[in-house]
Amino acid sequence: MIGTSWGGLNALSRVVAGLPATFALPIVVVQHRSPDAAGFLAELLQAHTGLCVVEVDDKRPIVAGHVYVAPANYHLLVEHGFFSLTTDAPVRYSRPSIDVTFVSAADEYGRRTVGVVLTGANEDGALGLKRIADRGGYAIVQDPETAEGAAMPRAALRAVPDAHVVPLDRIANQLIAIAPPRPPAEHRVRAPLS
Amino acid sequence: MTVSATEPAATGRRREDQTNAARGSRPSLSDSAAAPLSYDPELERLEIELLLEGIYRHYGFDFRSYAYASIRRRLWRRIEAEGLTTVSALQERLLHEPAMMEQVLLDLSINVTAMFRDPAFYLAFRKKVVPLLRTYPFIRIWHAGCSTGEEVYSMAILLEEEGLYGRARIYATDINEVVVHRARAGIFPLERMQEYTENYIRAGGTRSFSEYYVAKYDGALFSPALQRNVVFSQHNLVTDRSFAEFNVILCRNVLIYFDRDLQTRVHRLFHESLVHLGILCLGSKETLRLSRYEDSYEELSSAEKIYRKVR
Repeated sequence: MIGTSWGGLNALSRVVAGLPATFALPIVVVQHRSPDAAGFLAELLQAHTGLCVVEVDDKRPIVAGHVYVAPANYHLLVEHGFFSLTTDAPVRYSRPSIDVTFVSAADEYGRRTVGVVLTGANEDGALGLKRIADRGGYAIVQDPETAEGAAMPRAALRAVPDAHVVPLDRIANQLIAIAPPRPPAEHRVRAPLS
Repeated sequence: MTVSATEPAATGRRREDQTNAARGSRPSLSDSAAAPLSYDPELERLEIELLLEGIYRHYGFDFRSYAYASIRRRLWRRIEAEGLTTVSALQERLLHEPAMMEQVLLDLSINVTAMFRDPAFYLAFRKKVVPLLRTYPFIRIWHAGCSTGEEVYSMAILLEEEGLYGRARIYATDINEVVVHRARAGIFPLERMQEYTENYIRAGGTRSFSEYYVAKYDGALFSPALQRNVVFSQHNLVTDRSFAEFNVILCRNVLIYFDRDLQTRVHRLFHESLVHLGILCLGSKETLRLSRYEDSYEELSSAEKIYRKVR
């Protein structure tokens, strides 16, 4: 789970560019942007990675080898093996809200969740990252010194003081280091509700 | 920053937001509406299933096949707003207090809407669907999940401008009697008219948006002429049957709240309710791909999720 805001496109591009196409974990990206933004973010990221980048549509199954981008103007919720979207009210002016997505992932996947908070100019993601850490998941915060917007990583660090602080250019390697070598059974296609 | 920050107080959510604001600006986990950390997820799921079963058997509203993550989040917002600590405590309240059930009904129903919401959809409808509708002597449209009616009036305006409204009949339904009542009133917040005017222009509007309403009763009262061919009524997509054959069905950002099984059931209902070559309009992130009915439709607009029934 990767959350970012201001400066996020550049940071996200760097992270996904460092991951192999065989990366074993599905990646979920929540990036703040205008409610009217069309699906350009997925296209822009796709240029940097061999993983398959898709903007999430409702009830899409979660499968390794993919980078899932939360669509503008919806909250993205993680269910067991698939996504749900909602148009519930923005949370602290954001929809998608990083906190909303992170909390739902933590509650569904517990200690198997990895949360990453990247650059941003607000404090979204801090509560969600704390939820991930509290559920036994793995918390990574971009080193604020390497962030275009340091406010978001700093807020995340206040909420999760023992999160792993990693400079931007090392985050991909960190993810590779903690990911399983190949997709274990539970990360393969999970056909929801046949 | 986002359009819905100024959404009307059509639902209990708005009151809740104010409650949250009153607590102070310091965010707490309750803003994310989740169970306390100590809560056992298995127990939480059991309690939510029992609560939904209780609502169904006592009041007849069937939320049992709604998407779990979303229901869970909405219930926790209500639990926190009421100062409760467990799902079971909310269950007790709503089974014994009909007023609490009404509140939770508002919490659980979908009341996010705007006039000409997603203007690109209306533009695509004008270009791709209107020419097809011109070939019919009479047009029946079902707007399923119409909420407080903003999108119904938008469609009436569009059809009026295309010269089709005189031979159209719009059946606008929602699960929630309260919002249907509001829709019938046709009064929307004045402070949103600037946003709606911008939407209207981007949606391909051909006149001046202000022609359609007058400022009255502290709101914008929309022309009664726009309602002359609209029938508003309560209808439950989960439990009620089809009630006519339609040329167009609009159901946008409603199915996202349902689980896959219920989505399939509703798609069956829509498929049965559409005439051959009838039009189905979904929300921009909703898809037929996982529904078993993908092969029954052809795409008229893939970006705006406009489909035509072909078999």
